[in-house]
Amino acid sequence: MDNKKIIEVKNLVKKFGDFIAVNNISFDVEEGKIFAFLGPNGAGKTTTIKILTTLLQPTLGEVKINGFSPVEDTDRVRHSFGIVFQDPSLDDELTAYENMEFHAIFYGINKEIRKKRIEELLNLVELWARKDEQVKHFSGGMKRRLEIARGLIHHPKILFLDEPTIGLDPQTRNFLWKYIVEMNKKEKMTVFLTTHYMDEAERISNKIAIIDHGEIVKIGTSNEIKKQTNSSSLEEAFLKLTGHVIREEHATAKDHMRMGRRVWGGRR
Amino acid sequence: MNSPLYIMWLRQLKRYWRSKARIVGSLAQPILFLVALGFGFGPIFQKAGGGSYLEFLAPGIIAMSILFTAMFNGIEIIWDRQFGFLKETLVAPVSRYSIMLGRTLGGATVALIQGIIVFIISLLIGFRPVNLSMILISFIFMFLIAVLFTALGTAIASRLEDMQGFQLIMNFIIMPLFFLSGALFPIESLPEALKIVTKINPLSYGVDGIRACLTGISSLGIFMDFFILLIVSLIILSIGSYLFSKIEI
Repeated sequence: MDNKKIIEVKNLVKKFGDFIAVNNISFDVEEGKIFAFLGPNGAGKTTTIKILTTLLQPTLGEVKINGFSPVEDTDRVRHSFGIVFQDPSLDDELTAYENMEFHAIFYGINKEIRKKRIEELLNLVELWARKDEQVKHFSGGMKRRLEIARGLIHHPKILFLDEPTIGLDPQTRNFLWKYIVEMNKKEKMTVFLTTHYMDEAERISNKIAIIDHGEIVKIGTSNEIKKQTNSSSLEEAFLKLTGHVIREEHATAKDHMRMGRRVWGGRR
Repeated sequence: MNSPLYIMWLRQLKRYWRSKARIVGSLAQPILFLVALGFGFGPIFQKAGGGSYLEFLAPGIIAMSILFTAMFNGIEIIWDRQFGFLKETLVAPVSRYSIMLGRTLGGATVALIQGIIVFIISLLIGFRPVNLSMILISFIFMFLIAVLFTALGTAIASRLEDMQGFQLIMNFIIMPLFFLSGALFPIESLPEALKIVTKINPLSYGVDGIRACLTGISSLGIFMDFFILLIVSLIILSIGSYLFSKIEI
């Protein structure tokens, strides 16, 4: 059975000045599959997702999302996917409902459908009872649930999840994955995820790519990867492929800002 | 009411309305200026033959509060950028121009409201506009400077990664714009070099326009004020839109 390829990446390169963040990677994802993109910090995962989701322009190479190029057919690509970013991207001062509504209007969904879907989705992630509360009062887990619900309002064909379960308790993690796998089965929605939890990747994904220093070092099912590396677990395989050295990431502007916000305290 | 532009505008208003502490905090400064300077310099101004200083000062302080609110609203885009909400809007199938425009108009509306509140406070303190029918026209001037400086804040913030540059903006842009605009003192009797600076400063035309409407005194001419403000606003708005469209996350 040959499924339609919903994500196609050919010889993708992304340079920031002299630094090569993504070095000539190629892969594709079939429609309706769950694809895990794994790698140590700074391996190029987020950069790749940003290119796939039109936030960054590729330096070289070809990308097709749902048959469209993110560079030329930006709007059609944007209608095709939903995304949950690594960092929260909700407006803290709006309520849960307003955040959902904002998104729906941005995706051009009319009022009737909008109301119905928002209610449906907020119920699914068990936030309907708190829909009128400002998001700043939510816990990390609640915010994540809300973001996933939000990413699904426009019925995307692909859902991108960039480390969606980071910092969440096991209950919330299980809840989220169960829900995502359900959506994937029911709606044939393709899922593209990154995570540092190898067991999660192993459990839910159909195909795994391991990326390091901007290059894909292994791609296949979890069993294939384990067999090829003679490992008993995906984590072992991952460590064999990417080494044991801990990757240092530089503090970004964001970290400075977090500090700044704490010092400033008030202004938001 | 389903357009991204509208919802973006509404968001700015909701955010303003929901942080009451911020509203109160940002009114403290104009009130202090009105009271301290108004009553402090009043007698000297009068002795020098300038008439009532409060009459002269109030339009300037209204313009000041709009300048500050508008610039901060524009600069706040850095927060949106770092704390993710901007990303959510940038991956949506909506043109960046309508995001920028909605946000700017929202910020400008907030700044206009702030200006009107300061106007009302100045009435309570003793400011008496001469021509009541011109009050509405003065709101047009207030809105124009609000748009201009929200767009300017957005333009600057589009090129900044974090708030490190904030002090620079405050001391090298906002403060000079304010002090050299004729908000606090008449510009006619300034030395030539400073006079040129005030002529380049778009806020001067805003202050003069508001003053012309509310007190009938103008040094530059109300039509001149209007057209210069309009043109500069459109130019800055286009530059801001361009810079905003180039943001990479």
